[in-house]
Amino acid sequence: MATMSSAEPTRRDFLYIATGVVAATGALAATWPLISQMNPDASTIAAGAPIEVDLSPIAEGQVIKVFWRSKPIFIGHRNKKEIDAARAVDWHTLPDPQPDQKRVKEGHDQWLVLIGICTHLGCIPIAHQGEYDGFFCPCHGSQYDTSGRIRRGPAPLNLELPPYEFVTDNKIKIG
Amino acid sequence: MSGHSTYQPQSAFMKWMERRLPIASLVHSSFVAYPTPRNLNYWWTFGGILSFMLAVQIVTGIVLAMHYTPHVDFAFKSVEHIMRNVNYGWLLRYLHANGGSMFFLAAYIHMFRGLYYGSYKEPREVLWILGVILLLLMIVTGFMGYVLPWGQMSFWAATVITNLFSAIPGVGEAVVGWLWGGYAVGNPTLNRFYSLHYLLPFVIVGVVVLHVWALHVVGQNNPTGIEPKSDKDTVAFTPYATAKDSFLIAVFCILLAWFVFYMPNYLAHPDNYIPANPAVTPTHIVPEWYYLPFYAILRAVPDKLLGVIALAASIAILAFVPWLDTSKVRSARYRPLYRQFFWVFALVCVGLGWLGAKPAEGGYVIAARILTTYYFAHFLIILPLLGRYEKTKPLPNSISESVLKGKGAAAAIAILAVALGILTGISTRASAAEAEHPPRQKWSFSGPFGYYDRAQLQRGFKIYREVCQSCHSLELLSFRNLAEPGGPGFSVAQAAAVAAEYMIKDIDDQGNATERAGRPADSFPKPFANDQAARAANNGAVPPDFSVIAKARTYERGFPWFVFDMFTQFQEQGPDYIVAVMKGYGEKPASMTMPEGMQYNSYFPGNAIAMPQPLQDGQVTYDDGAPATIDQYSKDIAAFLMWAAEPHMEARKRIGFQVMIFLIVLSGLLYFTKKKVWTDVHGHA
Ligand code: FES
Repeated sequence: MATMSSAEPTRRDFLYIATGVVAATGALAATWPLISQMNPDASTIAAGAPIEVDLSPIAEGQVIKVFWRSKPIFIGHRNKKEIDAARAVDWHTLPDPQPDQKRVKEGHDQWLVLIGICTHLGCIPIAHQGEYDGFFCPCHGSQYDTSGRIRRGPAPLNLELPPYEFVTDNKIKIG
Repeated sequence: MSGHSTYQPQSAFMKWMERRLPIASLVHSSFVAYPTPRNLNYWWTFGGILSFMLAVQIVTGIVLAMHYTPHVDFAFKSVEHIMRNVNYGWLLRYLHANGGSMFFLAAYIHMFRGLYYGSYKEPREVLWILGVILLLLMIVTGFMGYVLPWGQMSFWAATVITNLFSAIPGVGEAVVGWLWGGYAVGNPTLNRFYSLHYLLPFVIVGVVVLHVWALHVVGQNNPTGIEPKSDKDTVAFTPYATAKDSFLIAVFCILLAWFVFYMPNYLAHPDNYIPANPAVTPTHIVPEWYYLPFYAILRAVPDKLLGVIALAASIAILAFVPWLDTSKVRSARYRPLYRQFFWVFALVCVGLGWLGAKPAEGGYVIAARILTTYYFAHFLIILPLLGRYEKTKPLPNSISESVLKGKGAAAAIAILAVALGILTGISTRASAAEAEHPPRQKWSFSGPFGYYDRAQLQRGFKIYREVCQSCHSLELLSFRNLAEPGGPGFSVAQAAAVAAEYMIKDIDDQGNATERAGRPADSFPKPFANDQAARAANNGAVPPDFSVIAKARTYERGFPWFVFDMFTQFQEQGPDYIVAVMKGYGEKPASMTMPEGMQYNSYFPGNAIAMPQPLQDGQVTYDDGAPATIDQYSKDIAAFLMWAAEPHMEARKRIGFQVMIFLIVLSGLLYFTKKKVWTDVHGHA
């Protein structure tokens, strides 16, 4: 419209620009609720509160699954052989180098607490399987050791650790 | 008028595209260069408003579908979940619900405009019939959408409307079976309605495309009803019509926002906040306001089959208007007699709407019969005869010659709009016809800047815990809600402490039923294991859940109050009623026989209430020095329940104020833009 002859072209252009800017701002603001509604809702967030797990029923060598924030959490009660296997390897040479000591809580070496989701594309690995007798992911063959570290296969990272702490020697709080 | 009537691609890419898919030139010829009569008044902007509203409904609907669960056990709860937990869920749902109403309002104005200016006449018959099909699709879509929240009105609307089809001789029962997918309205019905409610809007989009296509073939009608003869009679769609439409869309948004942010439940029925109950029909069932005239026609006919036929005919007859109206002159501006009959007809439609909201008894039925007869007579007798005998006024030679005249029609249609607004208000009638009006209370949360009084909510919560809770559940609320913004203002730790005082049923690792201390994420536990236990313990009446009761209870405001309420934003019937019932216990009048175990209450519908007087002076000790009186208790519990029913009210009113300011500024800017754009046209006229 700026090419049209007008007594006061600047005022007119200003009006058009101002209108356009205000309308565009409004349209932009209106999309915010549409995006925000896709976030986890208040009840989902509230349901993600920490959980407590009693460790006493878990026998040595056993791995159990609990759910926290819709994610499977593996809690493994490792025996000596498994701990030794995890510590015998030179961790500097691993794909995602990390010592076993960093993956458990001090003084609770037998308890391995992991988020049981393969770091490749999200399948659930199977415990006590694979070449390292740790975890084996059936989807594309990732092999994890008894510390949940990636040893072979397409997964790039070790199994993730959830935030948790020991409330007593026999009870952990996840989250 | 505008020089660029054909599209010339500028860039190399657009030239390349143009030879393969000339979409740019299609858009250009349809929405930029498209010539539109220069004398169109604001009533012609409703097509644009309708397109905008359709988009709003589809966008909000798609989003709501992401959170809604179409199952009889979860539908009501999932809608409340949207209202309470989903970010901006309350906004999206209120937009969708009120958007539906505004969509119909715009459609009716659009249609009355067509009737007034004869927009259905040769060569626009197909355009008009497509419009009637759109109305029909809207009616079906709106009805199915109304069923989805699965409240009492949803359920009984579904039952009544699907039963209409049983009137069809021979196949009626089979058709009803197809609609229900069961022996009655139930889960299969809800599922198929949901599926169709998602599908039909896209069918509407398809028919809108045809409607617009037909429009662009025959061109727009205009207030004179004569065809544009030269370039002088038309202006380019963009910027002229675009600027005008945008301005009116913004103004229409103000109306929409008024309802969405300030009286979101005004156009709805309180009974729909009661979950569907196949065992109890609400005492007074009425459809949404936009179906009321058709509903009145249905009920005016004493025979089932004939009633259904009349209902169907009242819509179908619109499709024949192009042939029933025999006049050669289009616009009512030049048809002095038709103009009068048009207004009579418009009033008849409003009258039918009013009667549709009234109980079908006595004088109302007779009035409905008279108006129904007139409705059909308008089309079948008046229109054909008028064309023959009416002496029309001389038509102007061209549109540009007539431009200086004619403000009357605009004013007249404004009156119609107000009348439609009044009709809109009729739907707020409630069921408690026989009881006294509860006295009005002062509430901190009323009005556009209302807010909850934190101390009052905390006191109300205390009453709930010490008095109501032993019988009434608060299922939809979680303990964490107590600490959420806009609520009673407890700290997170306080809410957790409250939660820990409750025992919640759970299952332990060995699979045994146990109880554990409540957590903030838990919802309030129910006082009774099930409805049977609740009934047995309470004189045979299940104490209702309290989560949305402040929105589920009301009383009849009556004419003209419900009209004023629209402007004063009065919507505190629920809490007023709760206070009145709390204080309404007394001696029954000698003439009244009280059923066994019932109490007299002057505000409870029917005056016989199963609940013994729950609150007495001094019963609950307040820590904040508020008087320990039944008066104070009643107000506090009512305020608490209002918050429980509408936990995001403060955010709603706050955002509403911002939206209103924005829309008013935008409307102002668009108005001046429109004026500037149009100065050229008026200058050259
Ligand atoms: S997801 Fe586990 S290996 Fe691919």
